Amino acid sequence: MAVLVFAESTEGKFKKTAFEVTSYGKKVAEQLGTNLVVLTINADDTSSLYTYGAEKVLKTSNPSLAIFNAKIYADVIKQAANKENAQVVIIDSSSNGIYLAPIVAVNLNAGLATNVVALPSSTSPFVVKRKSFSNKAFNNSEIKTAVKVIGLAKNSFGLKEQVVSGSEETFSPTLINSGVTSTSIDKTTGKVTIADADIVVSGGRGLKGPENWGMIEELAEVLGAATACSKPVSDLGWRPHGEHVGQTGKPVTSNLYIAIGISGAIQHLAGVNSSKVKLVINTDPEAPFFKAADYGVVGDAFEVVPKFIEKLKEFKAQNS
Amino acid sequence: MKVLVCISHVPDTTSKINFMDKDTKFDTNGVQYVINPHDEYSLTRAMWLKENQGASVTVVNVGNTTTEPTLRKALAIGADDAIRVNAEPIDGFFVAKQLAEVVKNGNFDLIIAGRESIDYNGGMVPGMLATLLDYNFVNACIGFEVAENNISATREIDGGKEVLATSLPAVIAGQKGIVEEKDLRIPNMRGIMTARTKPLSIVEPVAFDNTTATINFEKPEAKGAVKLVNADNLAELVNLLHTEAKVI
Repeated sequence: MAVLVFAESTEGKFKKTAFEVTSYGKKVAEQLGTNLVVLTINADDTSSLYTYGAEKVLKTSNPSLAIFNAKIYADVIKQAANKENAQVVIIDSSSNGIYLAPIVAVNLNAGLATNVVALPSSTSPFVVKRKSFSNKAFNNSEIKTAVKVIGLAKNSFGLKEQVVSGSEETFSPTLINSGVTSTSIDKTTGKVTIADADIVVSGGRGLKGPENWGMIEELAEVLGAATACSKPVSDLGWRPHGEHVGQTGKPVTSNLYIAIGISGAIQHLAGVNSSKVKLVINTDPEAPFFKAADYGVVGDAFEVVPKFIEKLKEFKAQNS
Repeated sequence: MKVLVCISHVPDTTSKINFMDKDTKFDTNGVQYVINPHDEYSLTRAMWLKENQGASVTVVNVGNTTTEPTLRKALAIGADDAIRVNAEPIDGFFVAKQLAEVVKNGNFDLIIAGRESIDYNGGMVPGMLATLLDYNFVNACIGFEVAENNISATREIDGGKEVLATSLPAVIAGQKGIVEEKDLRIPNMRGIMTARTKPLSIVEPVAFDNTTATINFEKPEAKGAVKLVNADNLAELVNLLHTEAKVI
């Protein structure tokens, strides 16, 4: 018996969500009175996982796994789950995680709950709370199968340090073939991604044109944030589609979401509601976003944002 | 090329979300149903395959009779025929299992589905379906082309995109980008008229033990009122974000 977590890495380094799923997996293992096993694929140094409760690390190193392939990775996870006799398998909600989870579930003939936001409320029956209805409700679901697969929503559990003296074991799975191959990856380097960002700064049609995005970018830079935009902005071609957040765009689950010149249409809110704190800057005090926000400034973005940047810079200077 | 587009019948985004029977069931009273937005993009992409590459397009839904107007809408947009699997869609695994039967019986070689439905947001049906069928699978697809049996597909990854090469038979989980917003098809009068006479067949489900069950639903705690900060006092805003919200 064990709980198995897949800790994703890119270029040998763990993503933050790897530590979050490990933290979560440790608590689930405690609830079940069993051990946590963490599977890594081509991670350089796995010792950081012990800080978050990994009792055992399965270290897989294979150049053929250098580029993510959902089918092959899912099969590696299945082999690890079988070897460890895992009763729960936990995967994060990165773009790779959501690609993997359903494949792993079918491979293991397991019930799957995605977008899970909390520890199981009971382990027998095994009940987890998951987001549904575009963040307008939660669904408490029982997973009834012997093996259970959980997709943990990003930033829902956080990192919980729990240092253990774990051990590492080399894991050499056999690799299956996949009919899907990667031909090119186009990734913006040096920029915080919406998926990984603690803070997201987002602009809407209220900014009047793409030429006005300089202050959005500057604000994001000061905060170490990712930049995003509303749907009309990406549809108008002011900003790339990859920045569109909302129901049909990317979901945002950051600690702080700053919406500038975005009225807060229900489709937009559906995608960003999971952010912990929302700050809205808008000229229209009747903008629906103010009802969904924690903090608000009624004012012209072209005046408010530069002043906000200035105050943030002063704050950073004092606190660094 | 035989294309199957999976259509989820979901509450319109603006619907009030309420529950009944001690919060164990979604309250459908007064709820308007629509084609799942991600499926709408996928359906339009399928129409291009029909028009430019001679594909046939079938739409499918797992649901009871109430979903038929949604399937008729898909027919009005241009699908050739529709299949309804006559069952309550219990969970993603159940739906994937039913769809796998439809694919096997209909010899479909390209299945396009939305990346997730906007009601239960499981995002699991396309990947499960592909795995059950042992078909190639592309998730979160924002564009693809089919030439002969080969597919070049782009998927969204965190911070960018990845181009994948694969081949038929395949399952593609589509989202905005697979076609653009401006390209989305809406039914015209002629489409609505012809949809009435297009075939909509009903098939019975195959037996499958539930892997999950809904215990109940909860709504998020009511949010407190927004704290407004004067535009002339942004130092206060910085202070609140630091000391109260603790996010900077």
